[in-house]
Amino acid sequence: MPAVLNIQNLRKAYSDGFEALKNIDLQIEEGEIFALLGPNGAGKTTLISTVCGITTPSSGSISVSGHDIAADFRAARRLIGLVPQEIALEPFEKVINTVRFSRGLFGKPRKDAVIEDILKRLSLWDKRDNQVRELSGGMKRRVLIAKALAHEPRLLFLDEPTAGVDVELRKDMWDIVADLKRDGVTIILTTHYIEEAEAIADRVGVIAKGEILLVEEKDRLMQQMGKKELEVQLSGSLDSIPGALAHHNLQLGADGASLIYVYDTNQERTGITKLLNDVAAAGLTLRDVVTRQSSLEDIFVTLVREDAA
Amino acid sequence: MNWTAIRAIYMFEMARFFRTLAQSFVSPVLSTSLYFVVFGGAIGSRIDEIDGVSYGAFIVPGLIMLTVMTQSISNASFGIYFPKFIGTIYELLSAPVNFLEIVIGYVGAAATKALFIGVIILITSFFFVDMSIAHPLAMILFLVLTCVSFALFGFILGIWAGNFEQLQLVPLLIVTPLVFLGGSFYSISMLPPIWQSISMFNPVVYLISGFRWSFYGLADVPIVASLLAIAFFLGICLAVVWWIFKTGWRIRQ
Repeated sequence: MPAVLNIQNLRKAYSDGFEALKNIDLQIEEGEIFALLGPNGAGKTTLISTVCGITTPSSGSISVSGHDIAADFRAARRLIGLVPQEIALEPFEKVINTVRFSRGLFGKPRKDAVIEDILKRLSLWDKRDNQVRELSGGMKRRVLIAKALAHEPRLLFLDEPTAGVDVELRKDMWDIVADLKRDGVTIILTTHYIEEAEAIADRVGVIAKGEILLVEEKDRLMQQMGKKELEVQLSGSLDSIPGALAHHNLQLGADGASLIYVYDTNQERTGITKLLNDVAAAGLTLRDVVTRQSSLEDIFVTLVREDAA
Repeated sequence: MNWTAIRAIYMFEMARFFRTLAQSFVSPVLSTSLYFVVFGGAIGSRIDEIDGVSYGAFIVPGLIMLTVMTQSISNASFGIYFPKFIGTIYELLSAPVNFLEIVIGYVGAAATKALFIGVIILITSFFFVDMSIAHPLAMILFLVLTCVSFALFGFILGIWAGNFEQLQLVPLLIVTPLVFLGGSFYSISMLPPIWQSISMFNPVVYLISGFRWSFYGLADVPIVASLLAIAFFLGICLAVVWWIFKTGWRIRQ
């Protein structure tokens, strides 16, 4: 797959000396959904703002489908759509006019069929003649997306698209993103919600303190770094872990009614067989066995903690 | 040039004007009428003709200039400050437009609005006073140049302003006094000699004088000086806008 976005040695330092981005290298492939994860102040928004032309880079190069964002800014920006984190909309304008404006601003001739299609897909068609200020917060967020899509971009940035929206709307957003992906739009989203990245991303990048710590396919990442947890539920309850099982590094579950064993799925031997045999030999009766995969959130927290250490 | 984008900005800004059409028109018409009633009717009836022009007619060019200048500045400064204030400027900065196109869109719309209002006041004036326009083409030229250069000035103010107070500060403290002391309601020749000399440092004197010349052929300063003054002011504003464009001052981080 060719890279639709190519960032090389990108650095952004402010006049007070604060380095928001440190030598960022990132390639985004065409048609993928890329989730950029990171704590507050990690540089997610600065990175997006720099690609979109809102912030000027201190050094490095960025190109979109081969167009340099500085030398060939018109061609590059025509391909990009941006949904900002904060809701920023002209309050007194009608929904349809503000979306039409965005299309014109990006140099595309007026095409009502395209605007109608976008508004319908975002469930905004019925609200098209409403003033923006009359809409709910969730609807305003949809208007931001409609504006970003009005010029039919090939690369869409969603900066915290579901921050502060209810669960139902979040699911709707995910459906919209999936829809766009089907149309071949490349999507880069930043998020605090790990479950969001887990649910919709193809690849995940973790950024902290202006540095990209990791870029990996989501599935492989979870497989590589995923720890699994085995919970052995017992018929009776224990006060402490029996000495015969001490070498397995177990934890006692709630009420002493279960034993918890953490293992690495990547290791050749997980130690499960031996554990279960030892449990039986210790005279304990099994009621049930449950396994749990660690979530992307656990992986993320581990990574960021390691970086801070 | 991205003309589609310029048109989009221009139309979007004009839409703001048309949304509040009644206010946009009623307010200047009302205030002009009040000026005519007070200065033209009540006080003006006791003032002699100035160089053969009745006082009511004499103040028309100054009144139009007064409104056109303040409207150009407030429209343009608000036009660009508002997106900065509510955050919608992100869209302008991320769009495939350069700064010149943004300026043409915003300044063009602000100047158009001011021009509209100027024409409305002119039409209103005909209901109150008997007057004629000696040099209509020059009148249009002065009006358009004033609208454009003061809209540019307003645009710079809007970029500079960090809050609403600053947005009001310059028009209130600098522009209004300059316009009032610029000969809107009197001829500079009516002032004591010392004040006549001081007035020559007021750029607005040249603009109002030139504009009044286009109506009645009367001028406080030579018409060439008036044209040079407006060209000079326009040049300075363009230079500042060009500098903002080059440096991204107060726009891009």
